[in-house]
Amino acid sequence: MSDECPHKPSEEKTPSADNGAPPGSHPCCCGGGGGAKKKPMSPERRNFMLKFGMGLNVAAGAMIGIPIIGYLFSAFKKESPQVWISLGAVDQFEVGKIKMATYVNPGAKPWDGKSSDIPCWVRRKSKTEFQIFAINCTHLGCPVRWFEESKLFLCPCHGGAYYENGDHAAGPPPRGLYEYENRIVKNELQVKGGQIPTLSQPV
Amino acid sequence: MNSKLRDIALWFDDRLQISKVWNATAGHHIPKSSASWFYVFGSATMICFMIQVLTGICLALIYQPSAEEAYASLLYLNYEQPLGWLLRGIHYWGSNFMVAIMLMHMTQVFMFGAYKYPRELTWVSGVILCLLTLGMAFTGQVMRWDQDAYWGLGIGVAIMGRVPFIGPELTHMLLGGPIIGGETLSRFFTLHVFVIPGGILALLSLHLRMVLNKGINEYPEVGKPVVKETYVEEYEAQVKKDGTKFFPDAIGKDLVFGGIVIGLVVMCAILFGPKGPEGIPDPTLIDASPRPDWPFMWIFALAALMPPYMETVVLLVGPVIGIGLMIALPFYDNVGEKKWTIRPVSVLVVIMAALSLGTLTWYGVTSPWSPEMEAWSSEPTPSHLLEGRTPLELQGAMVLQYKQCRNCHSLDGIGGKRGPDLTDVADRLTHDQLVRQVVQGGGNMPAYGQNLSPAEIAALVAFMETLHADGRLPAQRATNLQNSDRVPSLEN
Ligand code: FES
Repeated sequence: MSDECPHKPSEEKTPSADNGAPPGSHPCCCGGGGGAKKKPMSPERRNFMLKFGMGLNVAAGAMIGIPIIGYLFSAFKKESPQVWISLGAVDQFEVGKIKMATYVNPGAKPWDGKSSDIPCWVRRKSKTEFQIFAINCTHLGCPVRWFEESKLFLCPCHGGAYYENGDHAAGPPPRGLYEYENRIVKNELQVKGGQIPTLSQPV
Repeated sequence: MNSKLRDIALWFDDRLQISKVWNATAGHHIPKSSASWFYVFGSATMICFMIQVLTGICLALIYQPSAEEAYASLLYLNYEQPLGWLLRGIHYWGSNFMVAIMLMHMTQVFMFGAYKYPRELTWVSGVILCLLTLGMAFTGQVMRWDQDAYWGLGIGVAIMGRVPFIGPELTHMLLGGPIIGGETLSRFFTLHVFVIPGGILALLSLHLRMVLNKGINEYPEVGKPVVKETYVEEYEAQVKKDGTKFFPDAIGKDLVFGGIVIGLVVMCAILFGPKGPEGIPDPTLIDASPRPDWPFMWIFALAALMPPYMETVVLLVGPVIGIGLMIALPFYDNVGEKKWTIRPVSVLVVIMAALSLGTLTWYGVTSPWSPEMEAWSSEPTPSHLLEGRTPLELQGAMVLQYKQCRNCHSLDGIGGKRGPDLTDVADRLTHDQLVRQVVQGGGNMPAYGQNLSPAEIAALVAFMETLHADGRLPAQRATNLQNSDRVPSLEN
């Protein structure tokens, strides 16, 4: 490189007009005209800035990241809203018969549409005794159907079968039907629902 | 004029560096042997992905990711939006082709030993791309918010719910709540249109970058094993000696195959249309027989055929081991011969995988283990099984029909296939065995003792005793033969 600075004087006056480079950024020996008056940043100061800047960004990242994680994992809680839900008057269920009933998902959202209607099987054992079974097969969750004549619940997926009292009769399911708690309040049958039953959380 | 245009082009090129990027990518040199018809599957998978992105964006203009409206918006796309049916069809068939061609690509890469040194990361990123693609297929199936989607989610929940300790939390994460609902659909929509495609784009870039960095696999030859110390040098020398440019020398085959694939996708979309939506996503309409889309059919079949005691382990640990083995493959089989003709184990692995997946898929489609829920009320009793029967036996035929035995048992091959066909049951079971089987069940049959009156059992068994094939003897007890008057004497 020659001793003479290659930068034109005009560039020094309007450094941003050409390429937007700030004064002092010329790599040559002359120090870039206008920038020559400022001292270059000392290594310690640059280091400090780098560390400070990184720290600031970690803090800022946490300010956004923590709420995001909290938002996403809000669904990750074990406690589920199991509440008593009415299935209507006791009299609609005949003694000795099994009938499908529907309850509305207590955690339903306004945009759930039909998907908030949760079916279940109600068996009236006697005047005062009820059994309420989840619709979901204990094998892989398919909807079981009641067959009155053979007194069996049959699963359409892999052919699981259950007896009238929910016990496992045949096929791959590992256990009998999931049974919801029930109670009678003022001649009204109530089911404790609000959670899809699974093997690790059988209602 | 021409030089002016040239100047403009050069000006842009100077700023955008197009020719530089072009030369480093499309114009890079590859071994001549790699310009082969076997090497077209990767680019075809990518073309399918591009179709999916394009049609997906269009569908998202109409589709409502809300549990209440998704179904209606799909019907709108099918029947009202001009060409909506076609775009849905292309999106559906594009996904089928993408999965299928991706599997071909993987098989080819595996057979050609392309995962070996130094292309380990190309393979690993490919495995993750495969999983992401399957993730797209599964979440896409949920987008079709119909009965299958709803109960398919139920199956996902049932599998998640088997995870020890954190099963309930995982189901909540999957569903966005304790029960399948609107939040579930939003969740899967987000995965389907933002998260997974983003992941695919990122990994696809890495995958392609690796192909450029480490070069495309040369066409394997017997007697040219990979040796770590010399491989890269030899490869580069090879490319230098008789290399050819990817563009325009090799890309032609990719273009031809890719064009055929696009044509087939569109043709399938026109001929067969989009899939569904099928039943309304109303959980109280339980006349559903949920079936997954074909990429997952084999899992469905596996779940039916496995002995129950291994289910949880296979469903939860199986995928971990399978994926782990896939990712580990290039590390435990890093060097050595590549040509499949002298790698019998690899060939065997491919054949076994194809046979078992194919068989399971076929079983899943036919699902002989599923009861036919309507057989008892809709299938006639074959008349030749009724002719000449006594009133008691005819009563029995009615019991057999009315008690839904036909849902699991066929007569003359018509009816459920869950249990054995009863047309010749009397050849197999004696009177006593028939009674016991009906009353106590066993061997995967429920016990009917409580559900049938003694009179019904008597009639049913009387009817079944008449069911044997022409010319065959009725079943007989193995002991006390001489006491049975139905057995021809052995002495004569
Ligand atoms: S889901 Fe019911 S038997 Fe498999």
